[in-house]
Amino acid sequence: MAFTLYTLIQTAILCTNAVAVLHEERFLSKIGWGVEQGVGGFGDDPGVKAQVLNLIRSVRTVMRVPLIMVNSVCIVLLLLFG
Amino acid sequence: MDLPHHGYRSTKQRTRGGPPSSDSVLFDDTSATAPMNSQGYYTPSGYSVDGPSADLQGGPGANNLFTDPVASAAMMYGSSLANQGKDMVNKEISRFMSVNKLKYFFAVDTKYVVKKLMILMFPYTHQDWEVRYHRDSPLTPRQDVNAPDLYIPTMAFITYILLAGIALGIQKRFSPEVLGLCASTALVWIIIEVLVMLLSLYLLTVHSDLSTFDLVAYSGYKYVGMIFTVLSGLLFGNDGYFVALAWSSCALMFFIVRSLKMKIIPSSDSTMGMGGAKPQLRLYITVATAVFQPIIIYWLTSHLVR
Repeated sequence: MAFTLYTLIQTAILCTNAVAVLHEERFLSKIGWGVEQGVGGFGDDPGVKAQVLNLIRSVRTVMRVPLIMVNSVCIVLLLLFG
Repeated sequence: MDLPHHGYRSTKQRTRGGPPSSDSVLFDDTSATAPMNSQGYYTPSGYSVDGPSADLQGGPGANNLFTDPVASAAMMYGSSLANQGKDMVNKEISRFMSVNKLKYFFAVDTKYVVKKLMILMFPYTHQDWEVRYHRDSPLTPRQDVNAPDLYIPTMAFITYILLAGIALGIQKRFSPEVLGLCASTALVWIIIEVLVMLLSLYLLTVHSDLSTFDLVAYSGYKYVGMIFTVLSGLLFGNDGYFVALAWSSCALMFFIVRSLKMKIIPSSDSTMGMGGAKPQLRLYITVATAVFQPIIIYWLTSHLVR
């Protein structure tokens, strides 16, 4: 596989977009990955599932606005340069 | 060579109130250039070598660049602008990554590099794998051979790219774009590996003191093995390639397991609840990292030796 840095950027944008479109109440709660199921144990060992849910929620909160800008730039560039 | 100094002294005396009468005959040649010298105060020391020729030729035509006050003022302005730009760049970079932490990784010396390379290629006789600390901060690589550094991975990466160019050239498949492609592929694999390591350490709540640069260092050590493999593949053909691949894979796996075991798996004798993750999960991470190394070595070098 011949990677380029452009491929890496593309992959990162695609993955972040994929995490950002997971809807909270239509999808995540239905499969038991909602926000309230993530804060289970209060020990010092949150467990893998709680960490994953935390990660998804924080990615969605933090990356929402930058993703909008990055996606707009990508759309414009792809329209101009194919 | 007395003339340049006399020229300098004559300018200083001229600003104070004129030279003594005995010197005026000797230094009439520089009088045309002296007033222009005294404005740019650093120019006399800057071109004292040109002093004699200027005195001998006499006349402002020989040194018009530095004696022109506008040019010297522009030079000073330009250098102050460059300093400002440098300060700004330093400030911006230090917002993203701390340069002091990076300097720690490059504080190496020859003895450390030689010992570390030998450990990377033959780690089975190394006894003590603990990273020594000095009042809560890790020792620099100069003082502790177990400390990770970024000098060896960087140099090994560049050497690997050059070796890849040589190998492709031997097979008459070389072109400059291929070199850039090889470099960016290797870089992307490093980035992927570091991201996967960070993600797994975060998800399994392993509280270790491995920073990002430590992970970059540990994943860059495989390039030493790759260089050895490619070299023996070029020198000894396919058999040499596989023998060297097996040797450097085993050595690297041993090295990674022993090094990361110290950091990820707590060596104290308390059982669970120490740092939040079960010991077997930590072992899985260490072993998975170790197993990943030979795969990557094979992937990135096999196309060079076929």
